[in-house]
Amino acid sequence: MTEFLMPSLGADMEDGTLVKWRKKSDDTVKRGDIIAEVETQKGLIEIEVFDEGVIEKLLIKEGEKVPVGTPMALINPDGAEVETKKEIASMKKEVNLQPIEEKAEQKVMEKSTKEIRIRVTPIAKKIAQDKGVDLSQITGTGENGAITKDDVENAIVQKGERSKTEKGEKPVEKLVEVEPEKTGAQPSEPELYKIEKQPVEVKKERALTPAEAIRSAVAAAMSKSNREIPHYYLEKRVDMSKAMAWMKETNRERPIQKRLLPAALFIKAVASSLDEVSELNAIWENGLQLKNEINIGFVVSLRTGGIIVPVILQADSKSVGEIMEILNDIIPRARALKLRSSELSDSTITITNIGDGSADKVFGVIYPPQVAIIGFGNITEQAFAENGMLGIRPVVDVTLAGDHRATDGITGSRFLGSLDKYLQNPESL
Amino acid sequence: MNKTKILMPKTKSKKIDLDAKKAHHLFYQMLLIRKFEDKAAEEYTKAKIRGFLHLYIGEEAVAVGVIQALTDEDNILCTYREHGHALARGMDAGAIMAEMYGKQEGCSRGRGGSMHLFDKSKNFFGGNAIVAGHLPMSVGMALASKKQKKNNITCCFFGEGAAAEGEFHEAMNLAALWKVPVLFVCENNLYAMGTAIRYTHSMQELEKKGAGYGVESSAVNGMNLMAVIDAANEAVQKVRDNGKPYLLVCNTYRFRAHSMFDAELYRDKKEVEEWKKRDPIPEFQEFLLKQKIITEKEIKKIENQVDSEIQKAVDFAEAGTWEPIDQLTEFVYSKKETK
Amino acid sequence: MSQTIKTTYREALKQGLREALQNDDRVFLMGEDVGRYGGAFAVSKGLLQEFGEERIMDVPLSESGFVGAGIGAALAGMKPIVEVMTVNFGLLAMDQIVNNAATLLHMSGGQLNVPVIIRISCGIGQQLAAQHSHSWEPFFAQVPGLVVLSVGTHEDARGMLHTALQSPDPVIIIEYTSMLNLEKEISTDAGAVNITKAKVIKSGKDISIITYGTGVYKCLESADELAAEGIDAEIIDLRILRPLDEETFLASVTKTHRALIVEDAWRSVSISSEISSRIMEKAFYELDAPVKRLCGVEVPIPYPLHLEQASVPQKSDIVKAVKQIINP
Repeated sequence: MTEFLMPSLGADMEDGTLVKWRKKSDDTVKRGDIIAEVETQKGLIEIEVFDEGVIEKLLIKEGEKVPVGTPMALINPDGAEVETKKEIASMKKEVNLQPIEEKAEQKVMEKSTKEIRIRVTPIAKKIAQDKGVDLSQITGTGENGAITKDDVENAIVQKGERSKTEKGEKPVEKLVEVEPEKTGAQPSEPELYKIEKQPVEVKKERALTPAEAIRSAVAAAMSKSNREIPHYYLEKRVDMSKAMAWMKETNRERPIQKRLLPAALFIKAVASSLDEVSELNAIWENGLQLKNEINIGFVVSLRTGGIIVPVILQADSKSVGEIMEILNDIIPRARALKLRSSELSDSTITITNIGDGSADKVFGVIYPPQVAIIGFGNITEQAFAENGMLGIRPVVDVTLAGDHRATDGITGSRFLGSLDKYLQNPESL
Repeated sequence: MNKTKILMPKTKSKKIDLDAKKAHHLFYQMLLIRKFEDKAAEEYTKAKIRGFLHLYIGEEAVAVGVIQALTDEDNILCTYREHGHALARGMDAGAIMAEMYGKQEGCSRGRGGSMHLFDKSKNFFGGNAIVAGHLPMSVGMALASKKQKKNNITCCFFGEGAAAEGEFHEAMNLAALWKVPVLFVCENNLYAMGTAIRYTHSMQELEKKGAGYGVESSAVNGMNLMAVIDAANEAVQKVRDNGKPYLLVCNTYRFRAHSMFDAELYRDKKEVEEWKKRDPIPEFQEFLLKQKIITEKEIKKIENQVDSEIQKAVDFAEAGTWEPIDQLTEFVYSKKETK
Repeated sequence: MSQTIKTTYREALKQGLREALQNDDRVFLMGEDVGRYGGAFAVSKGLLQEFGEERIMDVPLSESGFVGAGIGAALAGMKPIVEVMTVNFGLLAMDQIVNNAATLLHMSGGQLNVPVIIRISCGIGQQLAAQHSHSWEPFFAQVPGLVVLSVGTHEDARGMLHTALQSPDPVIIIEYTSMLNLEKEISTDAGAVNITKAKVIKSGKDISIITYGTGVYKCLESADELAAEGIDAEIIDLRILRPLDEETFLASVTKTHRALIVEDAWRSVSISSEISSRIMEKAFYELDAPVKRLCGVEVPIPYPLHLEQASVPQKSDIVKAVKQIINP
C-alpha cells in the first residue's frame, strides 16, 4: 500500500488545506492525474499523483488543514504488495557554520558597592598580573585615566632608580606605605625588593608577595624606632560602663550596618584628647613639630601576617558615627590590600587596638617620626572600686608610649586623664 | 480571465532532410526532457529537491531544435529553466539529478542546484539565475572567439522577460557594434513569471526589437520541432558565415507553472488546455509516424529507454553523497597560488 | 644602491599597462574613452596608436554590458583588462561583478575560472561633488570570490597589474584620481610586485598607523611631523583589501601596542571596521590603548573645497590623532 502524502511545493510551504477531493475511493489513478485541490499561501493548487493504482482510502476530509508530509490517501498499487514508504526524509541537517549569532551585549554596570572598577589597558593588566603588581595603587596616565603599560612598568621600579623623561609621567606611589617617607635612614632597595641578576639586558624583577613586602617594611620601621626613640610607658585602667551603656542605647536606634563599635569611640576619644594635649599630636624631626591636623592611624592586622596602618584624616572633626563608617569601609579594604596610598599617609599619631585578641594590654612601638602610640587592650569584666564600693565593671586598659625626647611622663599622664574623662562622658564626643 | 492573443508568424514551408537516426534521437531527446522534468516535479514534492524548480515542460522543441544545430565547440548560456538545454546538450541525467539533490556527484558538485547546472567539458555555461545577467557574458564569449579567430559561436537562451532588462539592450547593442558571433534565442512563453507579455512589453513582436540595433531577427513557432530546426539551422549558419549576431524568437508555452510553488492565478486553465493540444512531442511523434520514419515499436523502445535512464538518474542521485561541511569555503578562490 | 627615476602615478600605471599588452597577446584593454580620447584620465594615452583597435577597445556607455562582456571573454580564454571610468559608475556593473565574476567559480563547483581584471578609479577628485567622489572600496572588499587591490603608491601603480594578470580569479584594482599627477622617485627596475602581502612602509615602535589608497602618502607625511616631536610611528599600507593580510598588521600592533586606522571611506561598515575587529579579536592583550579610526565623515561629498577637505582625514588630523593616543 502506498501512502499519498501532502506534497511540498516550496521550501517555505508548511501546510496545506484540502479544499476538494477530485478522486474517491476505488478510483483508478495513473501518474499525472489530479487527485485534489489544496489551498496554500500562494493560492489554490491542483496536486497530482505520481503513483498508479486504485485508491483504497481517503484519509483526510475536505476542509482539513494538514502539515506537509501528512498521509492524505492510501493507494493500492497494481498488484498486492503492501509497502509503506515514508518518502519525505528530513533533509535539513543541522549545519554548524561559523557562529553568526552575536551574544547579547552585557553591559557592565558599576557595582553599587564600594569596589571601584579600575581602568587598565589589556597589556598593562597582563603585565600587572604576571608581576603581581597591585593596580589599585597606580594612577593611570592613559585615556580617561587608564593604567597603561608604562604606568605598570614604572610602578615595578623603585622611585629614583630610573628616570623616564621622554613621557613626563606623574610620580607613582608605592605598593605599601607603612610610614611617611624620610631620607637618610631610608631602607635601600634590596630590602624591599629582590632583583634577580640576569645575564640578559632585559630587566627581570620578581616582586615580593604582598605579605613578604609588608613583613619587611614592618621590620625596618620597628628596628628604626627601637634604635632611635627613647620610649616611656604609662597605663590607665578606664571604666567603660558608661561608654558601653551609651553605645547600647545609641545602637538601638541604628540599623545593623551602622552600629557603633568601641573602636570608633576610642578613636574619637583619642582625637578629642589630642585637642587638649596637643604636644602628642606632633612629629620629632630635629625638634618637636606640632601638627595642626589630627590624623589618626590605627593598626590593622593582616591574616597573611603583618600589619597595615590606615589613617582617618581629621578625626577630631568627625562624629563617632562617621568614624564608624570609615572603619567599615577601610578595614575590609585594608585586609585585602586595596587601599589608596592617600589612605596610608600623613598620620600624626597611631592607635593600636588589640581588641579581639586575648591580651589585656598592649605596649606599642612608636612609628617614627611620630611621638606617641596609644594602645587599647580588651574590654573585660573586672573588679572595680569606686567610692569605697566594689563592683564588677567592663574596663579597658589603655597604654601610652611616648617619645621622651619630645614629651615627659606628665604630658602623657594628662593625656590619659583627658581620655578617661571623655570615655566617662561618651555623649559629649 | 483575459485571453492572451497569440501572435504566430507563418512557418517556412521548406522540406527538411532528416534521416531516421537523427529523427529518433531528437524524439528521444524531447521525451527524455519531458519525463525528466516530470520526475523532477515528483522528487520536489517529496522534498528531495529544494529551493526553486523551474520546469521546461511544453518547451522541449526549442532546446532540442536549436541545440541540434550547434557543434561541440559552440558555447551555450541559459537561464534557470535550463534542465532541458542541459539534457539536449548531452549532459548526463544522473549528474543533473544529483545536482538538484545537492549531492557532490552533481555536475556543479552540488553547489549550484537546479538553477546552476554547469559543464565546462560541454561548453555549457549555466544555469544563470539573474534574469538577463548572462547576456553580456555571451557577447564577451563571442568577442573572445572573434579575437582568437576561433570558428565557434555562442548561443544565448533567455525568456521574453529578460528582453525588458537593460542588460538585454546593452548586449544587443554591443554584439551588433562589435560584430560578434552570438545567437540570441528568445524563448517567448508569454509569461514573465506571473505577468503576461502585454503588461511588460510595449512592442510584443519581440523579433522587431532586433532592428533597433541592426541585428537580424526572425520568429518561429516554438511548438513545432521541424519549424524550430529549420529556423535554427538558418540562423546558426548566418551567424557562422557573417560573424554577426542574430535574434531568433521562439514562440512557445510552458504547460506548468513558473515554478513549483505557483498557483497560476494569472492565467486561464482553458488557455493552458488549448496550448496542450499543440504539445510538441505528440505532434512530432505524429509527424514521424506519418512519414514512416518511426514505428510504434520503436517509439515504445525509446520510451522504455528513457524510463530506465531516468530511473538510473534518480538512483544515482539517491546514492550520492553530501559534500563534507569542512569543505565549505572551497571554490571561493582558485587553488592555484596567487603571487 | 639602485638608481631611481621620477615618475607620476599616471605614468607608472601606463607603464604597467604597456608592459602587460606587450607580454601577452591575450591581454586587451576595454573601457570608455580608453582609445581615441586617450583615456579619461590620460592613463592610456598613446596606447591605441601603439597597439591598435583590437587591443584597445573603446566601449559605449554600458557598464553592465561591457563588464559582463569582459567576464565572458575571460571565461573563453582571453585576459581582458576592463576599465570602469570611476567607481561612481561601478554600481551599474555590480550585478556582473558580484553575481557573475565573483560567483562562477563556486556555482560551477570549481569548473570555471574568471581571470578578468577590472580597473576602477576611486576617491575624491577636485570638488566633483557627491556623485563623482565616492570611496567605495568596502563594497568590493566584502565579496568573497573577488581579489581587491588598492593602489596607494607609485611602486604598486607600476607593478600590481602584472601580478594580477597571473591570477586565475577576478581582480579589482582600485586606482586614485587624486594621485595621478603626483610625482615620486621609484627604482629604475621597479616592476612586478606581490598582491598578497601588506607592506610596512615605515618602521616604528610607538604606534601602528594602518591605511591604504590615498591614506598612504598622507600618513607618511604625518610620520615626518610626528618624528620631529619624538613619536616614532610605524606605517602599514594594506595594499590588498581582500583577502586582508592580517598577519602584518597584527604583528605590528603586537610590537607597538597602539593602532590608528586611516581611510577616506565612510566610517560605518568600512575597511577600518574590519581591521579594528580583527585587532580586537586577535591582539587584544597587546593593546595599550583603544584602536582609533580616522575615516570619511558620513556625508555625501560636498562641492566647496573647505567642506570637501573636511570630509576626509587630512595630515593634520592624523598628527593630532596620534598625539592624542600617545598622550591622552
